[in-house]
Amino acid sequence: MSFVEYSDLIQDGDVAIVYLGPESMMPVKVKQGAQTQTRYGVIRHSSDLIGRRYGSKVTCSKGGWVYVLHMTPELWTVNLPHRTQILYTTDIATITMMLELKPGAVVCESGTGSGSLSHAILRSIAPSGHLHTVEFHQQRAEKAEEEFKEHRVDRLVTVRNQDVCKDGFGVTGVADAVFLDIPSPWEAVRHAKAAMKRQGGRVCSFSPCIEQVQKTCEALVDQGFEELSTLEVLLRVHDVRTVYLPLPDFGPDETAPQTSVALKTTTLPREMPGHTGYLTFATKPRT
Amino acid sequence: CSFHFGGGGGGVLPSVKPKYRKVDAGDYVVLKRGDIFKAVQIQPKKKAMFEKQWFLPDTAVGQLYGSTFDVAPGGILQPRKPKDTEGSTDANEAGTDNRHILDDGKSQKLTRDDIEILKGQGLKDQEIIQQLVDNSSTFRDKTKYAQDKYIKKKKKKYENTVTILRPSCRILAMMYHGREPGKICHMRYDMLAQMLTLANIHAGSKVLVFETCAGLVLGSVMERMGGYGSVIQMFPGGGPVRAGVESFGFPAHFHDTLHEFPICHVNALLAGTLDTACKDPPAGRGQCPYFMFFFYFQAQERKVKLEEKRKKLASAAALLEGRNADGLVIASRFHPCPVLLGLIQFLSPSRPFVVYSQYKEPLIECFTKLKERGGTVNLRLTDTWLRRYQVLPNRTHPLLLMSGAGGFILSGTTVAVDDSKPANSQRAEEPAAKRQKVDGR
Repeated sequence: MSFVEYSDLIQDGDVAIVYLGPESMMPVKVKQGAQTQTRYGVIRHSSDLIGRRYGSKVTCSKGGWVYVLHMTPELWTVNLPHRTQILYTTDIATITMMLELKPGAVVCESGTGSGSLSHAILRSIAPSGHLHTVEFHQQRAEKAEEEFKEHRVDRLVTVRNQDVCKDGFGVTGVADAVFLDIPSPWEAVRHAKAAMKRQGGRVCSFSPCIEQVQKTCEALVDQGFEELSTLEVLLRVHDVRTVYLPLPDFGPDETAPQTSVALKTTTLPREMPGHTGYLTFATKPRT
Repeated sequence: CSFHFGGGGGGVLPSVKPKYRKVDAGDYVVLKRGDIFKAVQIQPKKKAMFEKQWFLPDTAVGQLYGSTFDVAPGGILQPRKPKDTEGSTDANEAGTDNRHILDDGKSQKLTRDDIEILKGQGLKDQEIIQQLVDNSSTFRDKTKYAQDKYIKKKKKKYENTVTILRPSCRILAMMYHGREPGKICHMRYDMLAQMLTLANIHAGSKVLVFETCAGLVLGSVMERMGGYGSVIQMFPGGGPVRAGVESFGFPAHFHDTLHEFPICHVNALLAGTLDTACKDPPAGRGQCPYFMFFFYFQAQERKVKLEEKRKKLASAAALLEGRNADGLVIASRFHPCPVLLGLIQFLSPSRPFVVYSQYKEPLIECFTKLKERGGTVNLRLTDTWLRRYQVLPNRTHPLLLMSGAGGFILSGTTVAVDDSKPANSQRAEEPAAKRQKVDGR
């Protein structure tokens, strides 16, 4: 298993996803001799997991069963331990395309936070790219570094514990793309510019508040960035279900024997997840 | 400092030469003016028509990508100096509101003919705009913001510039959505972004693509794979459509990873009855006497072409028959249900699949059928809304809300198909398992 490469069989040291049911999954570190408790019983790693094919159904001690899934950044995003508010797949997908991430890209990111976006970036730039990620909180920086090692992607990433607004990303002239998710991104714009390649690149800033967006756009324009674009993306999940609509009774009628009609349709949740943040993109021209 | 792409790490790819990306003859580029894009190939002396203007893109050869050009007479592209800031209106007087401004169409003293004369004199677009401002009786009564808006509007109308960009998935997706949405099943670019991520497209995997989006989806998948791994295009009809893939301007070696397989052979492949044995021509052929050669030539040529086709089919079949693909992306005008149910059989367990449809109902059907069939988890029917914003001091507000006309996505993950499990099992709806105890430990 790897966050950046598929494998077929579950191995000791993998991080896998145990699927118990819809909206019910948990990450599991596979280890010889270890056990995992689930509501369907115990999963014994050595006999139930190691050597089995990913996607298999695994029977637990109480008789119930689960599926074991290969890790992906998308599964990690919904299962990782939160240390900060994280970015979800909808925003991550938009960011990935708009920053033109692809294998070989060099990316600078701050703040690392819980590593949700970081893992998605690593997946997109592997095997030949690199991620420089900056986190000003020491414990979070250490935890991130630990996780990257555990997830076997540490060769693709460098974590720096510093303040990006004061000290920048720790590299200059190498990045194809820069991502900012910090309280005062306008203070980091000049560092973003310095970190980027001479021939140009893409930048993105994520901010929940419009005032932050305004200040950031001003800073981007001041620093010579072009093609500014601020947008937000909202996801709608459609619930597929069968509804029964009763038919009216207008009196005896041979042509209408039914009393109701079954209809396969979708409904939307009562409250749609609203705002996560505004995404501001820009291009650094060649300098 | 310089940096090189594609170095280190795994893979045996030839590394891309470090260069500051100059426009070269033969390159596939994207022309841009404002929010309008057009993909063209730079060919010597070949004219391109863009935004009602003709010019010669090859006059930009040797310039850096991202450069903006003025279109000079004759269609020659001339590099433009860095734009002047919009400070030209800072010194102007401005009004406070529009209570006294009459919108009678008589404020502009220059006529259409006057403007044409100015254009004919070779005035640059900034100069024409300045003339318009000077000859507008109401300009200085407008508020500063209204003045900015006026100038922006004139810029859009009289701008005579073209920017030349390297193609990318982002740019091409926006281009197709703006220019020819019908060709891509009205897929909005943020939907494409969701698909690429949900399908976990990444270097080194083996991805199946079935699309009728002019090759945009295929090219986007290839871009995200970076030339590593393999992409198998399943295609309907006589041959795969790949016009959109060309526009990406991939290096030649990317095409080595691209395979194709006609869907008319899918059933045979699944049944194990597809015969792809390569029949090499017998050794003696190459020694045809010269005077007979030209009679044989046409037949030989066809034979060679058929051989190529058969070899391609065999290599694609070899990649497919293991039924161990890592991802499936479907985006077409065909009914997605049979496509999905057919092609999902080529995926390994625990791999993502994504199906795009312009309409919701076919995806509801897919959802239902997959639930009946089993073998998938995390099925989700989704769409995204995209809203852009104008961000200016004291003038920040949303612009259009793009929703509804962007299509829908069904995504999920395969799992081992369980024959013993009853169809539509309880587990799908409620996690509480009141199952009979299986003899385990």
